[in-house]
Amino acid sequence: MDEAFLRVRNLTVHYKTDDGTVQALNQVSLEVREGETLGLVGETGAGKTTLARSIMRLIPSPPGKIVEGSVFLENRDLLRLNELEMLKVRGKSVSMIFQDPMTSLNPILTVGDQIEEVISVHNPQLSKDQLKNKAREMLELVGISSDRINEYPHQFSGGMKQRVIIAISLACNPKLLIADEPTTALDVTIQAQILEMIGKLKEQTNAAMLLITHDLGVVAQNCDRVAVIYAGEIVETGTIQQIFKNPQHPYTIGLLESIPSLAKKVKRLNPIAGMMPDPTDLPVGCKFNPRCKLSVESCFQRIPPLKDLGNGHAVRCFLRDKD
Amino acid sequence: MSETTKVRSLGGETWRRFKKNRLALIGMVFLLIMILTALITIAIDITTHNSFYNNHVIKQNLRLRLKGPSREHIFGLDEFGRDILLRMIWGIRYSLFMGTIAIAMSAVIGGVLGALSGYHGKITDNFIMRFMDILLAIPSMLLATAIVAALGTSLVNLLIAIAISYIPTFARTVRASVLTIKDQEFIEAARALGAGDGRIIFKYIIPNSLAPLIVQATLGVAGAILSIAGLSFLGLGIQPPTPEWGSMLSNARTYIRQGWHITVIPGLGIMLNILALNVMGDGLRDALDPHLKN
Amino acid sequence: MWKYILKRLLLMIPVLLGVTFIVFFIMALTPGDPAAIILGDQASAEALALKRIELGLNDPIVVRYFNYMKNMLHGDLGTSYKNQISVAQQVWDKFPNTAILAVAGIFVALLIGIPVGILSAKKQYTVVDNSAMILSLIGVSMPNFWLGLLLSLLFALKLRLLPSQGMGEGLIPMLKSLILPAVTLGTGAAATVVRMTRSSMLEVIRQDYISTARAKGISEKIVTRHHMLKNAMIPIITAVGLQFGLLLGGAMLTETVFSWPGLGRLMVDSITSKDIPMVLGSVIFMAVMFSFVNMIVDILYAFIDPRIKSQYKAAGLKKRGTAL
Repeated sequence: MDEAFLRVRNLTVHYKTDDGTVQALNQVSLEVREGETLGLVGETGAGKTTLARSIMRLIPSPPGKIVEGSVFLENRDLLRLNELEMLKVRGKSVSMIFQDPMTSLNPILTVGDQIEEVISVHNPQLSKDQLKNKAREMLELVGISSDRINEYPHQFSGGMKQRVIIAISLACNPKLLIADEPTTALDVTIQAQILEMIGKLKEQTNAAMLLITHDLGVVAQNCDRVAVIYAGEIVETGTIQQIFKNPQHPYTIGLLESIPSLAKKVKRLNPIAGMMPDPTDLPVGCKFNPRCKLSVESCFQRIPPLKDLGNGHAVRCFLRDKD
Repeated sequence: MSETTKVRSLGGETWRRFKKNRLALIGMVFLLIMILTALITIAIDITTHNSFYNNHVIKQNLRLRLKGPSREHIFGLDEFGRDILLRMIWGIRYSLFMGTIAIAMSAVIGGVLGALSGYHGKITDNFIMRFMDILLAIPSMLLATAIVAALGTSLVNLLIAIAISYIPTFARTVRASVLTIKDQEFIEAARALGAGDGRIIFKYIIPNSLAPLIVQATLGVAGAILSIAGLSFLGLGIQPPTPEWGSMLSNARTYIRQGWHITVIPGLGIMLNILALNVMGDGLRDALDPHLKN
Repeated sequence: MWKYILKRLLLMIPVLLGVTFIVFFIMALTPGDPAAIILGDQASAEALALKRIELGLNDPIVVRYFNYMKNMLHGDLGTSYKNQISVAQQVWDKFPNTAILAVAGIFVALLIGIPVGILSAKKQYTVVDNSAMILSLIGVSMPNFWLGLLLSLLFALKLRLLPSQGMGEGLIPMLKSLILPAVTLGTGAAATVVRMTRSSMLEVIRQDYISTARAKGISEKIVTRHHMLKNAMIPIITAVGLQFGLLLGGAMLTETVFSWPGLGRLMVDSITSKDIPMVLGSVIFMAVMFSFVNMIVDILYAFIDPRIKSQYKAAGLKKRGTAL
């Protein structure tokens, strides 16, 4: 049961641009177990969306290229499937919720058409009526009255559109749901509703989820485990408890310190100094070294290995190596 | 002070981006050579009191008519035995300069109308833009033809016809950019500091809406050259024996069976000029507004 | 939907009035006395004066314009100065030939333009894309009357494959004689359509909903056809509509090159012979056709883009709140 059913190993993705090669992902490994929610946390540009798209094999290519690595979904390496087999995975075994609901629906098709499309691709035996009924069902499931099935995206608000997208992504009972910042573009009040609904529906269908976000609050409320990504590398993974109570990587610690808290009395927030490095010109050694207050000599020479601290907690930092 | 340095650096940045586009650069060099050549021919005409023009460009030599390209006459001779290369060179001014003058006239008129329309809004806007809509509803070649037909075929009438038919395009372009600029905060800031309409229009709005106007004008000159050549081809533009490329083609049509060179070469000249303007226009657009580039 | 079409039709009326007035006004600037043109140089002063009254030339221009419009509504565009034939009759006789040519030209433009544009966008920055872009640049830059001359030089004079002058009698000869003019007229438009299709497709390809569609597991072919093309179509239709206007202008040149008996040639001939009513009639007719095509384009939008359609949905449908 505890066997991870999504295993990403050493995934490396590059983009070739006019200004040089962008190393978007570098030897990324992570696991998602059945029914679990893994939070993937990082700043804009850290490679979160690239990771999500690589799992779906939807990296725009050119310029993107998966250089090496494997993505095992239940003992099948998705990166080695042919395009036809991959079509059967997308939308069926793995589905994705995109960041911006305002632009993620096709403006000239009705929401019904867009839900039916995914169902019909993976269930070609269904009749037109059956498809329509299933689409109505999905709309009701995400809390939209099914008589709006023939309406167009522009007739819905942002939150409603995101519900439609959720309906699309869950329509074929996927085993893995990848949610790429599903609430970033929404009002704060609607964010909670949407996340709660995703959580509930995920539970009902027993799907696992990779929840991508830059918001640690969202992680704390919705995830079982967390992976922190920085400049294309996983720097720390662990359970919610481990990461929030006992963060080990200086970057994770910095992230946590930069959140305002009502419980603790802090005079000033503690932002992480500096900026994400230029992805075409990454620092040698640990990618975090230019911003790290604790860096030592070896940080500038080699990339630290991901060190297992036990109980599933792992960190990529030389400082913890010495302990 | 800081404003001028900003403008200059913007120009420098544009030039840096423009340089990267090799095709656009070639187009520009080609056009510069064309302009230089045209200026030289004008200088020759002035210093020789047109005697060179009359003796070599206009004068017929029926014994040699329709002779193909040779070492002496690399583009051959036309239906009246005139050297096609010389006539092509003397014809540059009509295409390039008249196209430019026509577009300059319509850019100024259209630009002012568009700026007024965008800046004042409401009734002015409605009045001007409805009028422009109506002009746009007449295909520009048709409008130009009608004007020439009514006013008669002359150089000036041709210019007027083409200038008028391009006014709506410029009015629309400028209006659109004025509308976007008008509501930006630096305009409000200027107004809050007590700047009047005139100051705002000339100091802020015009400089900022210049980029799309320049691009439109470059592409417009290409269109105007095409219109001039087209109207001359129909016999409604510049009249023979003036060596205008379109009217050279018009004669060539009659003699198409006797010599291919009199058909191919003038058209090639028109095409290369327009091609150069088009690639330069595309390059300018990409350089001035990198967001537009795909 | 009907409401939208009705609105578009109503909006066309002021434009048509404006267009006809401008053309009428321009043509009224023509120097020379029409009465003298009709009656010739030997006519007496009295005869000329009578003729002027008969033609209504002493009335102010607005009155003349309204009389002209009144007659136009009855299908009367005046009488030719040259041969006293009804202008409407002549225009109506020649119009089908121009329409055939224009439609064939648009057909050529779409047939080449859309597939090449799609291919170019899907293979952006490859050899295919670059050559398509260079060819289309050349296409846009080529004067179409010159292309016509080159084509007739090659296919009619050298290879003797196709006729290059006039319009053939009977269907097959007619189609054969249509090929060169249609290609001539369509090439420039095709080049524009390629560029428009490409940029419009590139715009759509970047959109998030294309990612959504791909993530559903539908094949790239269906993504292209069902999601990209339909969305990209809206600007393409606009471009084609505008091309139609250029085509009408270009038709004058193409018809002259190929001696195609259409409206354009009628117009050019009438200008040369100073037959003002004929020029006026054909310009107005073409301008009206162009406005009409533009209106059809606008209506086509509404069929494709639900955002326009829903604005004009029957009023009976209650407006739904869009709040969550």
